Amino acid sequence: MKAVRDEGGRAMKTAGQVTAADIAAAKAAVPGAFGAPPWRRLQRWALAALALAWFVGLLVWFDITPARLSRGISGVWVILRLMVPPSPGAQWQDILQGLGESVAMAFLGTFVAAVLAVPLGLLGARNIVANLLAHLSLRRFYDGLRGMDQLIWALAFVRAVGLGPLAGVLAIAAAEIAVLAKLYAEAIENADPRQPEAVLAAGGTKLLAIRFGLLPQVLPVMLAQVLYAFESNTRSAAVLGVVGAGGIGLQIAERIKVRYWNEVAFIILLILLTVGIIDFLSSRIRRRLIA
Amino acid sequence: MPVGTFELQYRRRRLGRWRTTLAWGAVLLAALAVSAWMSEVSPAALLAGLPRAGQYFARLLPHLQWHHLLDGPRTEGSFAYWFYRIDLWLWLLLQTSQMAALATLLGAALALLLCFPASANLAPNHATYFVFRRVLELFRSVPDLVYALILVWAFGVGPLAGILAIALHTVGALGKLFAEVVENADMGPWDGVRAAGGTWAQAVRYAILPQVAPNFLSYLLLRFEINVRGATVIGFVGAGGIGQELYTVISFNYYQEISAIVVLIILTVSLIDLLSERLRSRAMDGAVR
Repeated sequence: MKAVRDEGGRAMKTAGQVTAADIAAAKAAVPGAFGAPPWRRLQRWALAALALAWFVGLLVWFDITPARLSRGISGVWVILRLMVPPSPGAQWQDILQGLGESVAMAFLGTFVAAVLAVPLGLLGARNIVANLLAHLSLRRFYDGLRGMDQLIWALAFVRAVGLGPLAGVLAIAAAEIAVLAKLYAEAIENADPRQPEAVLAAGGTKLLAIRFGLLPQVLPVMLAQVLYAFESNTRSAAVLGVVGAGGIGLQIAERIKVRYWNEVAFIILLILLTVGIIDFLSSRIRRRLIA
Repeated sequence: MPVGTFELQYRRRRLGRWRTTLAWGAVLLAALAVSAWMSEVSPAALLAGLPRAGQYFARLLPHLQWHHLLDGPRTEGSFAYWFYRIDLWLWLLLQTSQMAALATLLGAALALLLCFPASANLAPNHATYFVFRRVLELFRSVPDLVYALILVWAFGVGPLAGILAIALHTVGALGKLFAEVVENADMGPWDGVRAAGGTWAQAVRYAILPQVAPNFLSYLLLRFEINVRGATVIGFVGAGGIGQELYTVISFNYYQEISAIVVLIILTVSLIDLLSERLRSRAMDGAVR
């Protein structure tokens, strides 16, 4: 029999001869390899119990009971059955017009935001405006504005300028400006500083340095982000109509109110198709821009 | 002579670039004109609308007065007057955040089940992969507000419909991201467990899950941030949370309350973003990419 010794000089045995005593000895030597220590296990159990208590608490708070769930699920089942087969219904022109309106709203809103966000993005970039306090407070401001969902803007603009797509365009623009300004600022900060420096060194003004040293670097990135914003805004423009801001959302909300579920299904499919097409086109342009 | 060729080439390239710029500019202008026509946005409508929007947002500003700033809720011009129902609003914001948390958890649980067969490297065959990917896409492409509109019919007005709506959208969004993480996982451990006789499920549990868990957690937290934003407006259609209250005060033109609630929402969302960012960077410490 060959005795094997580990680095510490403790006797170990070769495989095939492990007895219960060996295991006990090993457990005493390296307890960590045999599972967490008791206090850690206790901690884990306590955390799990806490999580379970939180979960049960929420179920009670939101009045989520098996009876309600099963009633709701059977309701969903009825709706799903009524959705088949999807049908455009009698007012299919309204649906198409709403869809066009949604895409148009997304396009105009994104365009306005893309233009207005350029100066804001420049102001928010550390390498353009070097003042740390201004930089931090401005970026925090953009972040804060992002916390306000597009739908809140939409509801406010509906109250301000009335029902219709104009409210939607303004809402999309207002919500997107902060997002794009932040993304622009990040793109500008990631640009290579040597090119604008070269323009400055050759005697160019700061404006010329931005135009010829910075813009060629960041413009493709910015354009790609605008396209991405357009994609995401087409999705959100589809629901802005729910609060009265024009587009296909209004058509969906109206048909849900009168329970024309097959027409609702048709509109949802149409939205998926449109969003899919726009995603496809936009991602192709984006790939060409970045490459 | 070479200088002449250079000049010629330069001019030709410049002309070409000008032409493409002009062509794209024309396309953009045409698209803008069509969009403006479709969405009935005209200079006249803008001219009439923008001042009204300005007036509206000006009305939202609180009438704070410097010498009354810290007075009680009965003095006009104090913070307490502006936020006079802060207890209700904070309670609703807590509800909103908990709705988002529960929805994220439910959605992530389902996404966890669906993501492994939706990964090209783990799916037993191409058909499974294809079907699961399409299912996730279907969940993802319907906005949560549309789910909410439908679920409010089935489950009644209240947070339950909102939670389920957000959860359904989350399944698709997280499932796709999870599957992409799994596709980037190291397959060595997987081969090891399979070679030792482990089943598919055991290999997922012991070879893949430990690798991808930090990334999953990070995406989960990111989705939680997004869902908190979504939960603030899901109440617009009657699905619970602060949105219902916000909808009411906007409909009744309670100007100061609108700004108070919006300020609270922005603060809450920023706070949650900050916390979640901290947690995410801690979760990613152990991640392999």
